[in-house]
Parts: sequence; C-alpha cells; structure tokens
Amino acid sequence: MTLLLVALGAALGAPLRYAMATWIDEEAFPTGTLLANVSGSFLLGLFVSGGATGDWLAFLGTGFCGGFTTYSAFAVQTHRLGPARGTAYAVMTIGLSLAACAIGFVVGPHPGSGAG
Amino acid sequence: MVFLAVALGGAVGAVLRYLLGDAVPDGSGFPWNTFGINVSGSLVLAWLPWSATVRHRPTLAAGLGPGLLGGWTTLSAYAEQSRVLLDGGQTATAVAYLIGTLAACLAAVALVSSLYAPSAGDEFEAEGGDT
Repeated sequence: MTLLLVALGAALGAPLRYAMATWIDEEAFPTGTLLANVSGSFLLGLFVSGGATGDWLAFLGTGFCGGFTTYSAFAVQTHRLGPARGTAYAVMTIGLSLAACAIGFVVGPHPGSGAG
Repeated sequence: MVFLAVALGGAVGAVLRYLLGDAVPDGSGFPWNTFGINVSGSLVLAWLPWSATVRHRPTLAAGLGPGLLGGWTTLSAYAEQSRVLLDGGQTATAVAYLIGTLAACLAAVALVSSLYAPSAGDEFEAEGGDT
C-alpha cells in the first residue's frame, strides 16, 4: 500500500517537473527545473510541518516532492552551464531551496506543537 | 506517451529510493543514504546521452532521465534534511552535507564527461568533421 502511494505521488510529480523543464528551461538557464526544485522543497517543509507521517508522508513527501524535485538534472545542468553560470545556478538552487523549505516549515500548521 | 514514460520511470525511481531508505535508514547525522542516491543518479544521468540505445529513442530517454533518475534523486529531501540538521544545531554536518553532495555529484558528472567526451572527439575526427 505504502509503495503504491510513493509510486502514485512520483507519477504525478515527475511529469509535472518534466513539463516545467520542457516549457520553461532555456539553454542559457534552467529556470523551470529551478522552480520545480524550490517549490518542491517549500512543499516538503510545509507537509512535514503539517505533521505528515506514514502513508501521507510517503505519498506527498517521498512520492510527490521526491519525484517533483531532482538532483541528477540539477548536477548535470550545473556542469553544462560552466563555471560562471553554473556557480550562479548552484548557489540559487541550493540557497533558495533551503530557504523555501524553512519558510514552508515555519508557515505550516504545526499541529503537534500545541500552539495552534 | 513521453509524459507516461516519465510518470512510469519516476514512480519506479521513487519506489526504489523509498525501499533503500527503508533498508538503510538515514540516522540523525549525515544522510548517507540520500547522498548515495543523488551521487549515483547524477552519474548515470551524465552517462545516459552516451548510450546509443537511449540516444535514438526519445521516449526511453525521457523515461530513464527525467523519469527514473529524476524520481530516484531528490532535492526536496536534501533541503529538508539540511534544515533539520541546522535546526538541531548540527551546523557543521549540514554544511558538509550541502556542499559535499554538490561536490560529489559534480565530480561524478565531470568524471563521466571526461571518460566519454574524448572518444566522441575521436569519432568526430575519424569522420573528418574537423577539416
């Protein structure tokens, strides 16, 4: 059951990322992949903050967010862009994804904290 | 059809990532499991265009690249794990993980490129492409 939820989440997330990469990425800068990675990191922070565990975390986190975001394309693109643009792309991806994840976690509902 | 291949590949990649995480769970320190997943995925994605079988089949290429390897690797878990490490005061581990993953993935991609690019160059020369 859990495996099916992971598969289903990724079967939604991966084509969505592929669509964004196909339609928005440019040879000079992969903006679509950047957007997918940053927004996927935001959503994972939000879901974790929302108390997603077990099957929900498998579907939304491991499946959807994991399938929606990608490190392999990020690494290959960074290499292809060369030292100057590659560094800018890497710094933006890592910095913005980490910040987005933290923001998602902070603005999330935190049901377990008792603070409402 | 291409979207279906990406969905199918992504599902398989994510399930494999989940199974590995289940078999070898990341503890509270350095997330070696996700580190290994991201480095191996980057290495194979860099190699993919050099495979003649894949290069001539766009649907297969999409299913394996953005699909399987995109689903196998993850940037959201990398960000979340780093956030948890930073939140827990494990700053050095977080920085080592953030930079270490990037460095190892780029090294893997560079290695594949250096192994394959020269042979492509030879082929180019052999075909008289540079004259």
